[in-house]
Amino acid sequence: MHRVLQQPFKTAVLILVWGWLLLLVLTPNLLVVGASVMTRDPGTFLSLPLNLNSYRQLFDPLYLDVFLNSLYMAGMTTVFCLLIGYPFAWALSGLGKQRQTLLIFLLIVPFWTNSLVRTYALKLLLATNGLINNALMGLGLIDEPLRMLYTEGAVVIGLVYLLLPFMILPLYSVFDDLRKELLMASHDLGAGKLSTFLHVTIPLTLPGVLAGVMLVLLPAMGLFFVADILGGSRNLLVGNVIKNQFLDARDWPFGAAASILLTVAMAVLLFAHRLSQQRLGDEGRA
Amino acid sequence: MKETLLSLKNVSKAFDDKTVLNSLDLDILDGEFITLLGPSGCGKTTLLRLMAGFEQPDTGAVSLSGHDITHAAPEHRPLNTVFQNYALFPHMSVYDNVAYGLKMEKRPRDEIRQRVDDVLAMVQLQDFARRKPHQLSGGQQQRVAIARAVVKRPQLLLLDEPLSALDYKLRRTMQVELKRLQRELGITFVFVTHDQEEALSMSDRVVVLKDGAIQQLGTPREIYERPANLFTARFVGETNLFPGYLTSVENDGITLDILGLSRTLQRPGFTLREGEQVNVLLRPEDIRVLAPEDEKGLARQIVERNYKGSTLDSVIHLEDGTEVLASEFFDEDDPTFDYKLGEPVRVSWVDGWEWLLPVEPEPVNNDAEEGLSTNA
Repeated sequence: MHRVLQQPFKTAVLILVWGWLLLLVLTPNLLVVGASVMTRDPGTFLSLPLNLNSYRQLFDPLYLDVFLNSLYMAGMTTVFCLLIGYPFAWALSGLGKQRQTLLIFLLIVPFWTNSLVRTYALKLLLATNGLINNALMGLGLIDEPLRMLYTEGAVVIGLVYLLLPFMILPLYSVFDDLRKELLMASHDLGAGKLSTFLHVTIPLTLPGVLAGVMLVLLPAMGLFFVADILGGSRNLLVGNVIKNQFLDARDWPFGAAASILLTVAMAVLLFAHRLSQQRLGDEGRA
Repeated sequence: MKETLLSLKNVSKAFDDKTVLNSLDLDILDGEFITLLGPSGCGKTTLLRLMAGFEQPDTGAVSLSGHDITHAAPEHRPLNTVFQNYALFPHMSVYDNVAYGLKMEKRPRDEIRQRVDDVLAMVQLQDFARRKPHQLSGGQQQRVAIARAVVKRPQLLLLDEPLSALDYKLRRTMQVELKRLQRELGITFVFVTHDQEEALSMSDRVVVLKDGAIQQLGTPREIYERPANLFTARFVGETNLFPGYLTSVENDGITLDILGLSRTLQRPGFTLREGEQVNVLLRPEDIRVLAPEDEKGLARQIVERNYKGSTLDSVIHLEDGTEVLASEFFDEDDPTFDYKLGEPVRVSWVDGWEWLLPVEPEPVNNDAEEGLSTNA
């Protein structure tokens, strides 16, 4: 009791953090786990008995298809983010400190606008009589408008646009930490630019790649409003499925089971990231 | 006579208009242990990087065994570097770190294994081949860095303050180890340090650098006993500096008045006229502290005594306020050896151990030295 009184600030902060985690992170997640093993009920949404039917339903070919497609879309998004983000972060880390700060600021500025609003803005650009089509027709490059909106491509563009900073920031962090001496040592030992990139740069930036993939791949599967706005009313992403189960189909147990699937996927990726960091010895001798 | 292995001719380098190296010439001989010694900002690391190929000189040329390598990439130079903080690849085991250079040469697997095993045995790390660098102590990491560089059998090994991160005792051990390695391998070592003691004890020749220019190039003994100028004298070891005035010139020598004492010395290498002032340089170990009854020497007081184990160091104040450092070996037969603080003594020195330097104009400011420290 003495210690609590002696360190009121520390105690208050700890209570706040633990209270927050218990009330707003652990409890909702437990509720979702609970909901996923209950039975669908038209009146009260959830009822007994407990069963695993919702998980079985996840393997229904219809939904399996959605999951695989969702994974494909998210995978494409991740690949594009990586292809743009990796060279971007590399170049960024080589600039002077002032320019780095400016470019990172510019990277973060869009966050000040709601992502839903930005997705609608993208819709205006991609629409049949949108900015891009009008410009291309005005220039005489095309005779009739391109169909860009309501395609999978539009959804991927939207996802890449929204998620690119989440790829760049962790990559920038690992490139910033990459000691120039290690690259010098590689050259000194007879490795050319390509060998150095393959044997030193890539392995040492891998934790950043995995962190970026984690921050892009799973959110990409869940950002249902991007698929809704840019992809039409099809179930393109797992996020759409989850949203539909809760809001339209009123099948809470199945929606909850789909959410758990995403959480488990996240856990697997986190584990992989941890392993890659341990391999580099970043976690010390533990 | 040894042949020149690496030659720098008229090499200059500036970063952002700050001159780091100023038209410098240096010949490194085959098989020697040469040390680049100087304070931070003197250009020694830049000089090493020019040799390794990480920097290109603004003017001048670098040649290795007669071939111009001024603009050759680091990977195409038959020399290797031991980096200051080792720069071991953190994601590779000790074995893979050492094998890296040979893999880049595309050597056969068996040869790589043999050579890596041999070199790890040489640095006594054969049991640590599977460890990652972060699982090793500082001294072990240091040995991996050396093994990784020498496994390539370079003509020249560049070492950039390789011992600066180690504690005193380990540093001494590694100094001996490095000397042994250099003898066994017969590789030319270019060693960078700001530690004069390290430079003196390890090198065949020492290059004293300041503000991007060579102050003196010579054997450790030459550098210590016959410094070319005041900078070298002060940077390498402790120095007592007395003003001397030339009273007369004889056929075979000169007579100086040093703080009222008249001494006859050999002619110095520079010209000196009667009545002119000259700097008389005496190392602490040249100084003798005598009993007050003694007839020779200057009568002064002890102000500080410092027991150093093998020697006893004293600080003695002269009348004009200058401090004299004396470092004497213990003489257990001398009952008066240990003087007390404040006790009057006489100060003298061993005849003929004086070293004369011309009086230099004091530098106007020291900004140049400060400004260069960014590229140390």
